[in-house]
Amino acid sequence: MKAMLERIGVQKLEDLYSDVPSEFLKKGAYALPDALSEQEIRDLFASLEAMNSRLKVFVGQGAYDHYTPAVIPYLTQRSEFITAYTPYQCEISQGTLRYIFEYQSMICALTGMDVSNASMYDGPTAAAEAMMMCTACAKKKNRVLLSRTLLPHVLKVVETYAKFHGVEIGYIDAVEGESSLESLKAELAKDNVAGAILPSLNRFGIIENLEGFADAIHAAKAVMVQYCDPSALAVVKTPAEWGADIAVGDGQPLGLPLSYGGPYVGFMAVKKDYMRKMPGRIVGQTSDKEGRRAFVLTLQAREQHIKREKATSNICSNQSLMALWATIYLSLMGPQGLKEVNSISSDGAHYLYARLLETGKFDEVFPGKPFLKEFVLKPKEFPGLMQKRLEEAGFFAALDTEEGYVSFCVTEKRTKEEIDALVKVIKES
Amino acid sequence: MSKILEGLKYAESHEWVKVEGNIAVIGVTDYAQKEMGDITYVDMPDVDDEVSAGEEFGALESVKASSDLFSPVSGTVVEVNSELEDAPEKVNEDAFANWIIKVELSDAGELDALMDAAAYKEFIGE
Repeated sequence: MKAMLERIGVQKLEDLYSDVPSEFLKKGAYALPDALSEQEIRDLFASLEAMNSRLKVFVGQGAYDHYTPAVIPYLTQRSEFITAYTPYQCEISQGTLRYIFEYQSMICALTGMDVSNASMYDGPTAAAEAMMMCTACAKKKNRVLLSRTLLPHVLKVVETYAKFHGVEIGYIDAVEGESSLESLKAELAKDNVAGAILPSLNRFGIIENLEGFADAIHAAKAVMVQYCDPSALAVVKTPAEWGADIAVGDGQPLGLPLSYGGPYVGFMAVKKDYMRKMPGRIVGQTSDKEGRRAFVLTLQAREQHIKREKATSNICSNQSLMALWATIYLSLMGPQGLKEVNSISSDGAHYLYARLLETGKFDEVFPGKPFLKEFVLKPKEFPGLMQKRLEEAGFFAALDTEEGYVSFCVTEKRTKEEIDALVKVIKES
Repeated sequence: MSKILEGLKYAESHEWVKVEGNIAVIGVTDYAQKEMGDITYVDMPDVDDEVSAGEEFGALESVKASSDLFSPVSGTVVEVNSELEDAPEKVNEDAFANWIIKVELSDAGELDALMDAAAYKEFIGE
């Protein structure tokens, strides 16, 4: 430090702050502890880590305990990936631009859409961005409809963005656990609707039947947005197949660890007509002057550094490293692997559902409704007690919902033994 | 030297107007297309949209810039030039031959506030 100060001709560190008026300078020392040795740091973190409870995860609600293949963290931690900056200078960023292009291509394959962006922060904010796209596309309309069957945190984030963007939110009712077409039509009839956001797998785990929704929304000259679990898209009808214009969701189920809530990654993919209104970065393929295949950031005239306040959004970043994570996961799994993940998860979930009903401690909430890996039941006792008891037995399960149901989820990581052990705890309580 | 056609009306925001009966044919001037550089996209309104004099009705986009288009007149859009959707570069090729929108005038009196060719030539200082 002394040598550096000497080199630039400064007497002491404080002199570097001479331009700051003295009344704004902090007086006195900072309450920082002394440095610890490597050994002491290891001990400190070991004691903190011991405070965590390692539970078997039987809950979803937007974040799913799917298996992360070992090679993924190994590759993403390569310095070329983990230290790379934004690929603004394409000449030195072909690696980054190439993997983002692969990521975009895979998202299009999963959703059936024409164009994907380079990723967004997470699912809920991607949904909020889709809401802003709806009003950007339908210039004079400022109402966006949200289905009440969307995940609670997705609703909350979109509502927050709407409030500060002058967008009026309307709701599509949940009837028998699914978005109601009647309710949608009633809301559309009120006019001024720019778009509607519907789920693919909803907050109850049900695979929604959206027959007739796209037609009704398009007849009202509004935009249809579908919020999806990208892993499940390998086995359920895609947003493109349902007639959606925009597909968004969270990429966490694509092998990203739960990590106490993040970092996750949002995705957005659209039909060609909406390409120019899509926010975020987009990587395009081109050729250099020698005719070699090359990648660049493209369609930048959409972005806020050019369009300024007229841009759809102020986002000028993406979640590159997590998008890379999801891309490696998808390359490893392939369509067949992804189908197997869903098939095993679904088998486990349906097995658990049947065994829980057998205990006699639950009532069905939505009998006959198709679910994939997640479901809700109504406990005969007070919900909060069940979750607590299971936690003490080493399970994170029976998460209570606003409606007084309990939510369960089974992924391919949960074995039959674990499921049976969970049921045993409930049976014996 | 930018090309300027006689008989047209001009706005300070570099749009030209050709009046055909009650219809205003609107495009951008040669000067404007030169300033923009290679146009990659023309953002146009829909037929039946209302436009107001002095208000933005669309935009021209190049690789690195986006420039709003302002309507010189008020009225209803009756036609948009769909050729520009796939071939935006036509505006660079011939800005006067490639109109952008046609508007049914709601107030022909607004045309008096626009410049004629000579005044526009002076305005761009060439």
